Amino acid sequence: MQRTLTERLAILSDAAKYDASCASSGTEKRDSARSGGLGSTEGSGICHAYAPDGRCISLLKILLTNFCIYDCAYCINRSSSNVARARFTAEEVIWLTLEFYRRNYIEGLFLSSGIIRSSDHTMEQMVRVARELRTTHGFRGYIHLKTIPEASPALIEEAGLYADRLSINIEMPTDAGLASLAPEKRPAGIRRAMAGLRTKIEEMGEPTLRTKARRRFAPAGQSTQVIVGADAASDATILSTSGRLYGSYGLRRVYYSGFSPIPDASSRLPPQKPPLMREHRLYQADWLFRFYGFGIEEITAARPDGMLDLDLDPKLAWALAHRERFPVDVNRAPREMLLRVPGFGVKVVQAILAARRHRRVRLEDLGRLRVSLRKVRPFIATADWTPLRLIDRLDLGALFRPAPEQMALL
Amino acid sequence: MRTVRLRHAADFPEWRDAARMLLLGGVAPHEVDWRLGEEGLFAEEPAPRATASPPVTPLPRVPPSFLELAEAVICHSDPARFELLYRMIARLQVDRQLLSDRMDRDVVAARRLEKAVRRDAHKMTAFLRFREVPAEGARRRFVAWFEPDHHIVGRTAPFFARRFADMDWMILTPKGSASLTDGALRVSEAPAQKPDLADPTDALWLTYYRNIFNPARLKVKAMMAEMPKKYWANLPEAALIPDLIAQAPARVAAMAEQAARRPPAFHDRIQARAPAEPLPPMEGLAGLRAEARGCTRCPLHCQATQTVFGEGPEHASLMFLGEQPGDEEDLEGRPFVGPAGRILDDTMRQAGLDRSAAYVTNAVKHFKYELRGKRRIHQSPSSGEVEQCRWWLDREMALIRPKLVVAMGRTAVSALTGKVPKLADLRGRLHALDAGRAMIVTVHPSYLLRLPDARARGREAIRFREDLEAARDWLSSPTSSPAR
Ligand code: SF4
Ligand code: SF4
Repeated sequence: MQRTLTERLAILSDAAKYDASCASSGTEKRDSARSGGLGSTEGSGICHAYAPDGRCISLLKILLTNFCIYDCAYCINRSSSNVARARFTAEEVIWLTLEFYRRNYIEGLFLSSGIIRSSDHTMEQMVRVARELRTTHGFRGYIHLKTIPEASPALIEEAGLYADRLSINIEMPTDAGLASLAPEKRPAGIRRAMAGLRTKIEEMGEPTLRTKARRRFAPAGQSTQVIVGADAASDATILSTSGRLYGSYGLRRVYYSGFSPIPDASSRLPPQKPPLMREHRLYQADWLFRFYGFGIEEITAARPDGMLDLDLDPKLAWALAHRERFPVDVNRAPREMLLRVPGFGVKVVQAILAARRHRRVRLEDLGRLRVSLRKVRPFIATADWTPLRLIDRLDLGALFRPAPEQMALL
Repeated sequence: MRTVRLRHAADFPEWRDAARMLLLGGVAPHEVDWRLGEEGLFAEEPAPRATASPPVTPLPRVPPSFLELAEAVICHSDPARFELLYRMIARLQVDRQLLSDRMDRDVVAARRLEKAVRRDAHKMTAFLRFREVPAEGARRRFVAWFEPDHHIVGRTAPFFARRFADMDWMILTPKGSASLTDGALRVSEAPAQKPDLADPTDALWLTYYRNIFNPARLKVKAMMAEMPKKYWANLPEAALIPDLIAQAPARVAAMAEQAARRPPAFHDRIQARAPAEPLPPMEGLAGLRAEARGCTRCPLHCQATQTVFGEGPEHASLMFLGEQPGDEEDLEGRPFVGPAGRILDDTMRQAGLDRSAAYVTNAVKHFKYELRGKRRIHQSPSSGEVEQCRWWLDREMALIRPKLVVAMGRTAVSALTGKVPKLADLRGRLHALDAGRAMIVTVHPSYLLRLPDARARGREAIRFREDLEAARDWLSSPTSSPAR
């Protein structure tokens, strides 16, 4: 018996929720008031709701179908799983996207799919949805398409013409991990596909000689996801993989997704709580790499097992391991060093640099910027404050570690 | 004390006119009592008439960044906003750089109000929900009810006009309303009443919300930080939240307890399917290249994108051998397509050599690099890696059997000879390799790229070309046989 649209929406959104990516930012500006049609994008994305898992809901994130001929052990849609299966027609996805968009539930569509029949067949279906949204319905909102690595170049080119973002999930941090959990996937093929996307994105981003116009190809770039905790890879391994991906393929984002229990899980992956704190620390470390001038090895060097400290954020952990670099003189230090002070964000550093031209910065000035003085005080010197030499504070680490949790009565 | 009565809560031009006149009249910030109300501008005192006598002092000026700030701040519901802005204008007449002092009390206060207004406006674009109502004309009609903290309807309305251009809509709030009818945007300050709205599509949205939530990742605090309770009343999906939270632990426990089940028949069918027909083994160069694609002989393969194999006719008499692929070669999967490749191409052309007639390859087939920031910086391969990759080079040599190999750079020479030479000692001359082949030694074209001095670069480019010309001459001489 055919399932209702509501039933299929339930199945195909449930199947999509393990993909952490939901960004709708960083694309070109579009505006239906000028061009007709429906929708707009304005640089920064919008989270239209938050679920009780703390994740932002920005896009209608669904699968075209959760039938899949692959058997990736970590995935709810793998062929050996007994989950209920369903598929949407392209028209249904288009209808849902437009109706959801009109009610301001979403910024656009993130469409993915299990592999049915062949890579090209699957990709073709997804491209068709994007094409019709753009051309038939004049949809100017955000579109993110999952890309099948083995799909033919012509299909990928068309996908980039209609989508804002393309993504290929690397899923496992090492080639060996992928080989053991996702035997049908080819890590080299994934890398080749990412390289192809980068080349296209850069080539199309260059204005052509003749028309001076940029051609359109995935203006919001490409991203990927790594699953954390399904294999034994350390944080150092995961982060060096991300560093390589950022460096090699110009990715906008690497998403880290703590491996989460799924219904009818593979017996090869023992049920466990998703490592949420670990995931959080990885995002912080990723941030330090992308915006604070930290090298990957600097972040992961502190511990011999290559894991990040779960109790301390990685910037604080780095500072505690490099006490000789502190205190930092807020009135004199260069930007790079200010960025290394635990408790100073990029905006605060900018404000300090601007304000320094007007005044000798004092603690209360920092307080006015909503900086946590308790946190930064040990690491900085201001016009009115010099800390004890950090090196002398044996208890400094303890000062920042969370107090041991009280035991609760059973 | 001068009382100024503004008619509108967030009308920047109205406030600016008042402030300009006060400033021209030399009224100090602490002498003004700003009020909001109906009676109109300067009701309690005759307005200082800016036009009555031509101003002696020049009109006050402010930096554009202040205008942007003030237009946001004026929308805040804090009654002290007018006074704050007026004080800042007065101070700006003396200190033009005031805004860049991000720690100044007034600047901090204004930035805080600005931030609150921006956040409120952003949340309005996020959490407002349109419900469809019956339409009269051809355009579909939607209505939304929203409760902002600040006077942001006028500020936010253009966003909705840019986004929802092909439908008619109306946004109602206690702090005013906005509407788009047949493309015309209207904004009003008058408080609106909460309408009774229902839309069957909400049920689909709730289905989506319920199912996109992952019960194994309960993080209620993170949700509350971004979607505080004050917004819940107007969010249809918020009604689901308490139950989703309450049921999460049981759902997770059920997943953990579920015993492994037999895979569905569908899976068995796929697995039983014969593995894709193995391709017939390929012969010659194509076969070698296909084989090298999967090479894992050394660890370089999992850092780089792909094997960059040699390219050219299978029986070329001239072979060019470089060190290893670079960034662009790695992305494209073809040798010498980056900056060094362009130098090689140009120089070959100048020397009268045809690249398409030569076989071009590298001693090591995967890109080795070191990450500096987000850039990949070339790293020379180790002798071990060169040794491992000789496996492929030997096969290429055996298959192509070139008469002459142009070895570009030290790595190429050592891959061919097994020795670690000094390039300068071998440069430019012919050397015999085994099997009657000859080698000519020159620099790697990337060496030219690294020379900082243009004169030196020019000199070296000529030498490089001369080396290639020597190769050409040797090949075209009827008696080509290795010297020495
Ligand atoms: S290919 Fe693998 S990860 Fe993708 S849907 Fe199929 S089983 Fe899941
Ligand atoms: S560098 Fe050479 S030997 Fe090493 S993996 Fe690549 S092709 Fe194989």
